Amino acid sequence: MALRIRDLTLGYDRHPAVHHLDLDLAPGSLTAVVGPNGAGKSTLLKGLTGELAPLEGCIDRGVARLAYLPQLSEVDRSFPIAVGAFVAMGLWHRVGAFGRVGGQDAARVAEALAAVGLTGFDKRPISALSGGQVQRVMFARLLLQDADLILLDEPFTALDIKTAADLLAVVQRWHGQGRTVLAVLHDIEAVRRHFPETLLLAREKVAHGATDTVLTAENLFRARQMSEAFDDTANVCVRPATRGAA
Amino acid sequence: MSWLIDPFADFVFMQRALLGCIAISLGATPVGVFLLLRRMSLTGDAMAHAILPGAAVGYLVAGLNLGAMTIGGVVAGLIVAVLTGAVARFTALREDASLAAFYLISLALGVLLVSLKGSNVDLMHVLFGTVLALDDAALTLLCAITTFTLVALAMVFRPLVLECADPRFLASVSRWSGPVHFLFLGLVVLNLVAGFQALGTLMAVGIMILPAAAARFWANSIGGMLAVAATVVAVSSVAGLLASFHAGLPSGPAIILAAGTLYLLSLAFGPSGSLAARYWPRAHLEA
Repeated sequence: MALRIRDLTLGYDRHPAVHHLDLDLAPGSLTAVVGPNGAGKSTLLKGLTGELAPLEGCIDRGVARLAYLPQLSEVDRSFPIAVGAFVAMGLWHRVGAFGRVGGQDAARVAEALAAVGLTGFDKRPISALSGGQVQRVMFARLLLQDADLILLDEPFTALDIKTAADLLAVVQRWHGQGRTVLAVLHDIEAVRRHFPETLLLAREKVAHGATDTVLTAENLFRARQMSEAFDDTANVCVRPATRGAA
Repeated sequence: MSWLIDPFADFVFMQRALLGCIAISLGATPVGVFLLLRRMSLTGDAMAHAILPGAAVGYLVAGLNLGAMTIGGVVAGLIVAVLTGAVARFTALREDASLAAFYLISLALGVLLVSLKGSNVDLMHVLFGTVLALDDAALTLLCAITTFTLVALAMVFRPLVLECADPRFLASVSRWSGPVHFLFLGLVVLNLVAGFQALGTLMAVGIMILPAAAARFWANSIGGMLAVAATVVAVSSVAGLLASFHAGLPSGPAIILAAGTLYLLSLAFGPSGSLAARYWPRAHLEA
């Protein structure tokens, strides 16, 4: 398994945002995470990166390297750095803090920029980029990270059709290379067309499996029934661990 | 031209002052550029105030003694830096509020200690420095701190840039985020302590921030900003010392005001993001 999650609860101030989740991702699987706002999709990714510690349960990443594209990046876009240098930071696992960025690495950066349609942008400051171009830059850096498990949080939101299609092609290239990809998405039609597997999440797992068996009218209706608000008077959850039941 | 050359050619104290200024500048200016880029420009100011009680304790123990005041300043600065970082990381208070709280406590303590013993003249020395009376020990200390700063910055340049540009990414690929932040704060403290010998605690921040702020209007890369800032600081050191020599002005404020003048000129006429660029834009290109 590329990823094995057992009885995972993640949350904020003791309130669960992801509740008792069991999930197995096969190596090389391409999975969409779908669900209403507040369903715990981004929280799940933060749990997988280790940014958020589990309140309960465990996460077993059976793979070496992980790359993560957050929904709201903390990139300081006024920082005076060129696109090429920014993208080259995706090579951190190769060069670290002190290693030399050599000719081969420069070729890799150029190749990654070409793959996202930004050839010729390497000298341009990141402050001069549009929102869509910034997302292309983020994908170029993800390409260089050469990760086995790639987590994308709403990677195609607010992009035009061409940019979204180009970046989707990058995702499919990763899929073809046997990398495991987990992407949070809201465009149900795009999920049906391009993502073989889907996790439907509404704080708890509604369904997980082949996309056409998950995205049924009944499942989507169940997902929408989830109450978004935390209950301040809720009791302590005493549900027994579901370990082994999945 | 003799008014430009002679003061430095004829008077050893002017040569020492110039060497001291250049030494401080080479270390403090790159630190200032990173402070500016991290939106921590006022952190330098707060830290300068935080150093005061340490320097005051050193002064109370050993009088106007370089080593004691330096050690005191470094210790006080590092204590405030570590407490600030720890409070920001482990409590709900943000770093800016946490720093403000500690530096104000530290400053009050410093003023209290200075006024316990000594006259106002001594306080003026600590606050405004004595660049025209730098002895061998002070010069050696300044040069040592600058050397250490440049070597340290060169070593952590990559993680430091990444910590500024995309801290979340740095945290996701390495464990550098915390260490590089504290090392950087340490460099801020060291350079402020170096600066207050020559320029005083209040003026030392000026040599950090003003050249960096001026450089922002000239360069769109970190390398370019560092080069412009170093040039600004060299020009203002010479100009400030000359103004001090010929017009009998206090040297510290004269140097900072020279840097301030260059900042204002850059603000008005620099090629990138200045007032001129906004109100008299150059003709635009076809594509």
